[in-house]
Amino acid sequence: MSGAGGPSHFARIVPIMPVSSPVPDPRGRFGPFGGRYIPETLVRALDQLAEQYAAANRDPSFRAELEELYRNYVGRPSPLYHARRLSRKVGGAQIYLKREDLNHTGSHKINNTLGQALLTMRMGKRRVIAETGAGQHGVATATACAHFGLECVVYMGEEDIRRQRPNVFSMRLLGAEVRPVGSGSRTLRDAINEAMRDWMSSVETTHYCLGSVMGPHPFPVMVRDFQSVIGREAREQCLDQLGRLPDLIVACVGGGSNAGGIFFPFIDDKQVALLGVEAGGRSTRPGDHAAPLNFGRPGILHGSYSYVMQDDDGQTCPVHSISAGLDYPGVGPEHSYWKEIGRASYATASDDEVLEAFDVLARTEGIIAALESSHAVAKAIDEAARRPADQIVLVNLSGRGDKDAAEIARLRGVEF
Amino acid sequence: MSSIDRLFERLRAQRRKALMPFVTAGDPDLDFTEQLIGRLANRGATMFEVGLPYSDPIADGPVIQASYTRALDRGVRLDDILATLGRLAPRIETPLVTMGSYAIIHRYGPAAFVAEAKAAGVAGAIVPDLPVEESDELAAICRREDFSLIQLITPTTPPDRARRIAEKTTGFIYYVSVTGITGERNKLPPALVDQVAWLREQTPLPICIGFGISRPEHVRALAPVADGLIVGSAIVRRVAQAGERPRNEVLSEIEQYVGELLAEVN
Repeated sequence: MSGAGGPSHFARIVPIMPVSSPVPDPRGRFGPFGGRYIPETLVRALDQLAEQYAAANRDPSFRAELEELYRNYVGRPSPLYHARRLSRKVGGAQIYLKREDLNHTGSHKINNTLGQALLTMRMGKRRVIAETGAGQHGVATATACAHFGLECVVYMGEEDIRRQRPNVFSMRLLGAEVRPVGSGSRTLRDAINEAMRDWMSSVETTHYCLGSVMGPHPFPVMVRDFQSVIGREAREQCLDQLGRLPDLIVACVGGGSNAGGIFFPFIDDKQVALLGVEAGGRSTRPGDHAAPLNFGRPGILHGSYSYVMQDDDGQTCPVHSISAGLDYPGVGPEHSYWKEIGRASYATASDDEVLEAFDVLARTEGIIAALESSHAVAKAIDEAARRPADQIVLVNLSGRGDKDAAEIARLRGVEF
Repeated sequence: MSSIDRLFERLRAQRRKALMPFVTAGDPDLDFTEQLIGRLANRGATMFEVGLPYSDPIADGPVIQASYTRALDRGVRLDDILATLGRLAPRIETPLVTMGSYAIIHRYGPAAFVAEAKAAGVAGAIVPDLPVEESDELAAICRREDFSLIQLITPTTPPDRARRIAEKTTGFIYYVSVTGITGERNKLPPALVDQVAWLREQTPLPICIGFGISRPEHVRALAPVADGLIVGSAIVRRVAQAGERPRNEVLSEIEQYVGELLAEVN
């Protein structure tokens, strides 16, 4: 449909796998970032995963099967929506939303889990483990496993289980086992530690379905590729519907998968500015936010070299975010690379700004966004306000907010 | 030649095997760590693996993880650990090696870490999350400083890769007994003896086996094929269970336990 100007939902699904990119190198380095800092026990499995992924990339039947699932199971392509009332209220640039919240399971996470589940089938493994923060990746993994008939175990911090109850219930409905993690901060970071420990013992029969563009090679590149369907669709939709590319793309960044997915296909479009939004939390003081690209420094965590919140002894610092999905002290290595080369910039949105953006979007557009995605909405509103009306700000609305209703009610002291 | 090389040369000449206790630095405090290492050294432990507490250890089971959390909660710092080892090392003849995440070494600076550790009398380092592909920088520093960089080989390591790792290792090879995390196990994999025997044909380096070893019968079964055995969680668990008991009693209990294992290697 390219160039035909048809409505977005008739746009063909743009091929899943990306064009060639100079990064990462064969050892998973994005400039200095990335690599593989993991126990020797996991090296062979990661080598096999990298080989299988490369083979799948070359196999048209793998691509065809994934595209078919994206279309008929996920509901892709996700719409590109002009938020007219929001844009008018802001009184600046036109705000467009890439509606990943409308995907099956309610977020972008399914793009990645279906790809990894298909790979799991190719590798002949029958068991899948995953970590989850907000529960979106857990639900998406449980869903993909139910679809393929794979055994699924999801590790989730006890604090996150408390604040994201609906997703915990959904995972169990889907046949997954949810294992609470009570160590450390009892959030996403500890869930990743536990999933890695499980994998240390089960690596020969189990695939670890990592949910973001982080961790040891090949996860950052593989997850980016699966998620880059978002950016490829958005790029084509912009050209079809608007006749041009956006001026700015805004996405929230925890590990960075939805941002990586929408940014990557625009990397060579230098006229398109890219803005990642980290969790600004309560304040800029250490421990009050989860914004390593803004306040951290390069270090090692969870298998890769990237920006991280770390003390002078290399110990991971406590972090905070209102949103469980962004409550993480590290970030994917490609974001560190984009920051370093100046291709993307990274800001923060505070908990209060996020709650305000959440309300504004609900009331002007009738869309209840996830708290994670509301970080992007908050900064998009700021950016649009200072731009002229003929500019286009594209927001990746990565997930829907039903899961957050109870937590927001609690924060506001409302009986739910 | 590092003190580890000299140790294994001596042991081989005497047809003896090494027994290497693992002790978490700063659990429950550095005073205790200093006393424990001192007493086990007197009892005849051959070498020590000193665990550097880390906030996110992915190769460790619940016992060692919890010991790291206890130590970090009490505010233990790397400089304090090195100062403690610096006091200990001259008093004991037993080589000390650190076991700690590359997150810690990277933040400290690899060159600074090796220099400071060496100045404190530490003979080498085990870095469990630094696979051979990522180890060039640290390995070059270690070679220059005659500081051993002990690499790990596991049951999942393919043969070619095992040979490559052996070529890059100094001091000894740490053979991981199981596909899994640290922690006591009732039984060790039956293939273990053959795997170590195969590895021995590939390299002249000493081979020490760790992960899961806790019982005298494990030591008895493995001592003939290995140059040394590493015991961790079983010791750390005894520290964790000490509670409010007098320290001397806890130290004696661990000393007695290690004595039982030593009887199997000598």
